[in-house]
Amino acid sequence: MSRAGEPFLEVNDVRKAYGAIKAVDGVSFRVSPGEIVGVIGPNGSGKTTLFNSILGQIKPTSGHVALRGEDITGMSPLELSRRGVGRTFQTLQVFGKLSVRDNLIAAAQEFRGSIASRLFAPPDAGLGEEAERMIALFRLQHVAHLEAGTLSYGQQKLIDIAMAFMRKPQLVLLDEPCAGVNPSLVEELRELLVTLNREQGGSFVVIEHNMDFIMRLCPHVICMVEGKVLAEGPPAAVQSNRQVLEAYLGN
Amino acid sequence: MGDFVQLIVSGTATGAIYALAALGFTLLWQAAGVINFAQGEFVMLPAFAMLFWIAMGAPLWLAFILSCAMSMLVLGYGFKVAIVDPLIKHGVIPLVIATLGLSIAVKSTIRAGYSAEAHPFASPFPAGQLSIAGINVSFADIGTLLLAGAIVVGLQAFLNRTVTGRAMQAVAQNTEAARVLGIDVRRMVLYVFLINALLAAVAALLITPTYLAKFDMGDSIGQKAFFAAIIGGFNQTRGALLGGVLIGVLENLVGFYISPAYKEGVALVLFLLVILFRPEGLLGKSEERKV
Amino acid sequence: MNRALRPVLLVAVLVALAIAALYMKRSDVYLLTLCSVYLMATFGLNLTVGYAGQMSLGQAAFFGIGAYIAALALKAGWPFLVVLPVAAVACFCVGLALGFPALRVQHHYLAFATLGFNVLVFLIMRNEEKITGGTFGISGIPRPTILGVSTNGHVAFFYFTLASLVVLALVLWWLLRSPWGRAFAALRDNPIRAESLGVNITAYTLLAFAIGAACAGIGGVYYASLVEFIEPGPFHFSTSLMMLLAVIVGGSGRFFGPVLGTIIIILLPEVLRSSNLEALKFMQKWYLVFFGVAVVALMVWLPGGILSIADRFRKPPGSRK
Repeated sequence: MSRAGEPFLEVNDVRKAYGAIKAVDGVSFRVSPGEIVGVIGPNGSGKTTLFNSILGQIKPTSGHVALRGEDITGMSPLELSRRGVGRTFQTLQVFGKLSVRDNLIAAAQEFRGSIASRLFAPPDAGLGEEAERMIALFRLQHVAHLEAGTLSYGQQKLIDIAMAFMRKPQLVLLDEPCAGVNPSLVEELRELLVTLNREQGGSFVVIEHNMDFIMRLCPHVICMVEGKVLAEGPPAAVQSNRQVLEAYLGN
Repeated sequence: MGDFVQLIVSGTATGAIYALAALGFTLLWQAAGVINFAQGEFVMLPAFAMLFWIAMGAPLWLAFILSCAMSMLVLGYGFKVAIVDPLIKHGVIPLVIATLGLSIAVKSTIRAGYSAEAHPFASPFPAGQLSIAGINVSFADIGTLLLAGAIVVGLQAFLNRTVTGRAMQAVAQNTEAARVLGIDVRRMVLYVFLINALLAAVAALLITPTYLAKFDMGDSIGQKAFFAAIIGGFNQTRGALLGGVLIGVLENLVGFYISPAYKEGVALVLFLLVILFRPEGLLGKSEERKV
Repeated sequence: MNRALRPVLLVAVLVALAIAALYMKRSDVYLLTLCSVYLMATFGLNLTVGYAGQMSLGQAAFFGIGAYIAALALKAGWPFLVVLPVAAVACFCVGLALGFPALRVQHHYLAFATLGFNVLVFLIMRNEEKITGGTFGISGIPRPTILGVSTNGHVAFFYFTLASLVVLALVLWWLLRSPWGRAFAALRDNPIRAESLGVNITAYTLLAFAIGAACAGIGGVYYASLVEFIEPGPFHFSTSLMMLLAVIVGGSGRFFGPVLGTIIIILLPEVLRSSNLEALKFMQKWYLVFFGVAVVALMVWLPGGILSIADRFRKPPGSRK
């Protein structure tokens, strides 16, 4: 895929320091519309801190993040979600006491009308069909009416990912979607993400440790080590980069 | 002017007692993640224990020492083992509810099993007052300030100067890191519970002469302890001291210059002002949200 | 129990209560009415605590604000059906004003702020004698005439209160089934995730809290009419505590949890008190001790409340990972 043209997300020299520790140390990259970008790197290389800085969970020490040319640095997660940014979390984050179907509806209902209008909306907020479609896509039909908190880890992980896509976000940041997922399901997950990317057309940024998964999913990969971008480019080029190899083997 | 200084001094003395209860409250929160809604009852029980020993013929000092030991055993060790340990895994809310239930149970036990009356309690300090340049300060206030001050200084020295104290601080600041450093976290947490119980017993000795020993005397001091802790900064032990003294002094001033009827409202108004203008507390540091 | 049978069963219980009231002693009808009044407040509190996951320790303050507004306005000759929405809206607004600063900081600050608020409201009720009558209270509060029908009789007022409670419960049930109910649950289960999905957690927390406050205000209006004389005592912080525990003990986040909880905190002690049996008289004295210990035990073994016993049996074994 060509990386020319107007960037959709532009991360410019973002830094986040905790005292003397530089968790993210001047990271810049850009994401084009509809592109899937992978972020790899050893544990503790600052990937999740970078995500949280982009997503408003923490305030970066310096640097800028722009979405469609608009400066979104330091915006709250709520403001970002209203601008079409979705995410998944590294740890399980579903609404445990709600059914799977309600989890999915909850993930999109807040983008329909005003708070006052939603009080008088139908109970499914007009999202029932959309939820059923997502349930079918993720093959969750047999558990759709069970409380999400009672399901297995892998199932909750799928729900978590499905929730992020319910409202067709223009940018999704996925933090280790494969972690804890049964290896036999990893390929299925990859296909799901490709399908969602094709059908919904959003840009994805994916943090992942599963190299095979990321190499096959992402046309463009960024490798982070010790808070810095060590290498960037097509997966094959990054994989064969000497510094990257050293960083991984030396760990 | 004389009035004003007197009000400040006696307010500081009362505030120092609030601070003792608040200090234990803060330590419990930091080290064990416990919000203890029965903190007031932790002060009330030693007061009755002391009355019991005095009725058995013990002098006040002996009654106090015995009550401290009982308090540490029951309200320190017993509280941790019987209530906190089984509940901590359910999260903060069930534990808060359990301490509310405990507060009701303890209060009602004293009321139903012993007495609903207020019982006089001898002051550990001599009656009378000291007059300097037309300002009268009671011996009780001086004694309270000295004893509370000594306890606080001693506790700070213990926390800052001894290996055990530093280990306890490490646990309070970051339990996981402390564990990695090889600190016996369980033991340190137990120490915090014991210290809390001890502080409560001292607060009981100091406050009961004015509050009188009554089954519901803990309501007021428990609330003051919460608010003192938040006003000063929930994550700072020094904050609890500042918050306690501030409440004590302002209560006295409001009671004298505005209306004694609204003395009890001072802590709340201070609390609302603090969360409006300095939500992390006067001495607190703001914490970043954890994901 | 079959879900379809539930509405039928509910109607049957309500009809049975209505018929029974005709044959009951006056004091028993009074007690049932009192229960219904408290239920208005605890149903509302269940929305705040059980469905939206917010700690509130000030429900009795709103209950009291509703009662005092009703006492003053009804004595001034305002019609009941005007006083009711005024009290509800007033409590809703006070709830918003109190919740806003508290929620800027942290979750558990709402508990402290509401606790302090209750103390302050109690002080005002006791000390501002010109308005509230202080400890002497306000007496001679009239019972309303609704659409030309007087509710002066104890059975008539019970019917009126019970019918109002049913309407309030239906409104809450509808509200909890709307997208708002889902947003409340999202807020309770995982606020950080909810925010990343566009849920305005501040707005919904405030709403949940203020709706709960409004329900307490409504309950307070009926309370003033029922007892015909109010003083600060019943609106002390300890009532808030009992209301909260009623919700939790019954089963927070379960629609009918407050019914069981309210029976335990209001009806049970009265039954013990009025009993002639020595054993029950003993229980009455020690009731609060048992209750406190039971709350602690419940938190250890059944944190979901008494009604969550059903889940223990329903949950398929090994459904967790």
